[in-house]
Amino acid sequence: MTTIDRASGQRVAPAHRAKAHRRGSRQRKSVVLTIVMVIFSIYSTVPLLWLIINATKSQSSLFSSFGLWFGNGFDLFGNIAQTFTYNNDIFLHWFANTLLYVVVGGGGATILATLGGYGLAKYRFPGRRAVFAIVLGAVAIPGTALAVPTFLLFSQIGLTNTPWAVILPSLISPFGLYLVWTFATDAVPTELLEAARLDGAGEFRIFFTIALPLLAPGIVTVLLFAIVATWNNYFLPLIMLSDPTWYPLTVGLSQWSAQATGVGAQPIFNLVITGSLLTIVPIVVAFLFLQRYWQSGLAAGSVKQ
Amino acid sequence: MTTTSLPRTARRATRRRRDWRGWGFVAPFMAVFVAMIIAPVFYALYLSFFRQQLIGGNIFAGFSNYLDVFQDAKFWESFGRVALFMVVQVPIMLALSMIAALALDSARLQGASFFRIAIFLPYAVPGVVAALIWGFIYGAQFGLAGSINSFLGAHFSILGAHFLQPFSVSWVLPSIGNIVTWEYMGYNMLIFFAALKVVSSELYEAAEIDGAGPLRTVFSIKIPALRGAIVIATVFSIIGSIQLFNEPNLLKTLAPDVISSYFTPNMYAYNLSFAGQQFNYAATVAIVMGVITAVTAYIVQARGSRQGDF
Repeated sequence: MTTIDRASGQRVAPAHRAKAHRRGSRQRKSVVLTIVMVIFSIYSTVPLLWLIINATKSQSSLFSSFGLWFGNGFDLFGNIAQTFTYNNDIFLHWFANTLLYVVVGGGGATILATLGGYGLAKYRFPGRRAVFAIVLGAVAIPGTALAVPTFLLFSQIGLTNTPWAVILPSLISPFGLYLVWTFATDAVPTELLEAARLDGAGEFRIFFTIALPLLAPGIVTVLLFAIVATWNNYFLPLIMLSDPTWYPLTVGLSQWSAQATGVGAQPIFNLVITGSLLTIVPIVVAFLFLQRYWQSGLAAGSVKQ
Repeated sequence: MTTTSLPRTARRATRRRRDWRGWGFVAPFMAVFVAMIIAPVFYALYLSFFRQQLIGGNIFAGFSNYLDVFQDAKFWESFGRVALFMVVQVPIMLALSMIAALALDSARLQGASFFRIAIFLPYAVPGVVAALIWGFIYGAQFGLAGSINSFLGAHFSILGAHFLQPFSVSWVLPSIGNIVTWEYMGYNMLIFFAALKVVSSELYEAAEIDGAGPLRTVFSIKIPALRGAIVIATVFSIIGSIQLFNEPNLLKTLAPDVISSYFTPNMYAYNLSFAGQQFNYAATVAIVMGVITAVTAYIVQARGSRQGDF
């Protein structure tokens, strides 16, 4: 984040320094803008605050205390233990499944997008334009419009209700391909590749020894977005999986939540709340630590349109 | 594009020699792409032209599934609902995102990086968890809506009912709109912010020499510079609105009487196939929605770029 702040400072600074006296009014901090942003920040963070506070309450305390303040007793650790052990450790299964889908699905999507984006950026081959047109056109297809036919195709070859039914469709990230393509065009100098070819290096050796290190920041960005997409995936596993032991966290939590209504209702509100908190902690931590990358990714996506 | 620096003869030679090598890198992506995107599209088309019957099994149905969709009151009700949602929620969300992005870009904020992270944070929250949290907050039992109602008491009741009723017929769509806005406001803010960063400093320089104030700069330079980003964000938001599924599907357990099984086109297609086993009809609904989405996205994009010409 500091690098980008610095970058924006540089954009303003050199050209305007001569007229610093005139720019004085512009640099003054604005109270109105700050108030507006404080309101936006409260709107964005209060629901998360609500989640953290209420994860410390027992089920009975949820009903008897005010939502934005702590109840009587601090049950966070009890709730966490209960979340993990409820119904034969099913939450642990969901957590492990989510990790599996993220590592294989999100990781695989990153590898395919990296290879493909590099190939599109640095080679001219027959059908290159067609690949562009088809992949960019596919972005407009609603993902959910594909879900029903994909489910039927998978059920005919016996893939439904297996991890593959969730992993295989998440291997495709058109946005990731696009990101690596724009990134590779600038970050990998063609002269460097030509020089390596003159030295007799093969194409894949060139990719692994020369291009890959240069592409690393772009790859981390693509990986981050792929992780978020697979971690948050709900519709696809909801359709594909019927066995709860293969559920990811999202589908499992929604099932716990639905347990509160209907015939033979068994509300476990405290577990739904604590489970939700445990679900978002890893992804929020990943975001905070890798800020630099998602910001550069969004910048690349919007600049090069 | 990669060989433009070479002399023409050399370029022709390397091009001929290199012809197919790029496929070595692109082929794995394209193979999965064909299997996971192209094949389902064609399979959906195939399904939409057939009909499953008790007697006779799977028979060719021509366009009759499509005719049924066009005369299906449930389909049009669900489509009208997401269209209304789209027309109201998308402009509000994008306007809020733009205000936030302009504030970040103004260099007149204390702690700008904190605001940027705080407002973007909800994007990392899974849609399911966002809907669950807001569902609790909306709840009358231990949610904030209930607390506000009991705080306001009888003074603010309307016809004897509570002031806040997030799950009533008239409130439920705004309630969902609020969840979606919460999730994506920060994401769109960062897209706009990134677009503002590349505005050339000479433009600001020139504006300042011409005596333009900060507001004038916003309306004459910054907002026009955002046009491309606005088109992109609008297209993505429209696609998201038409596909609306997660939030209403999760709130359905809290408000089963208000959110029907055909509340949005996607929920309709989902329930047709997985509760009703009507796969052919569900595929037809999905295709019709896909075409409507693509056409809407195309129109927005074409209009956006045409305005860019003058």
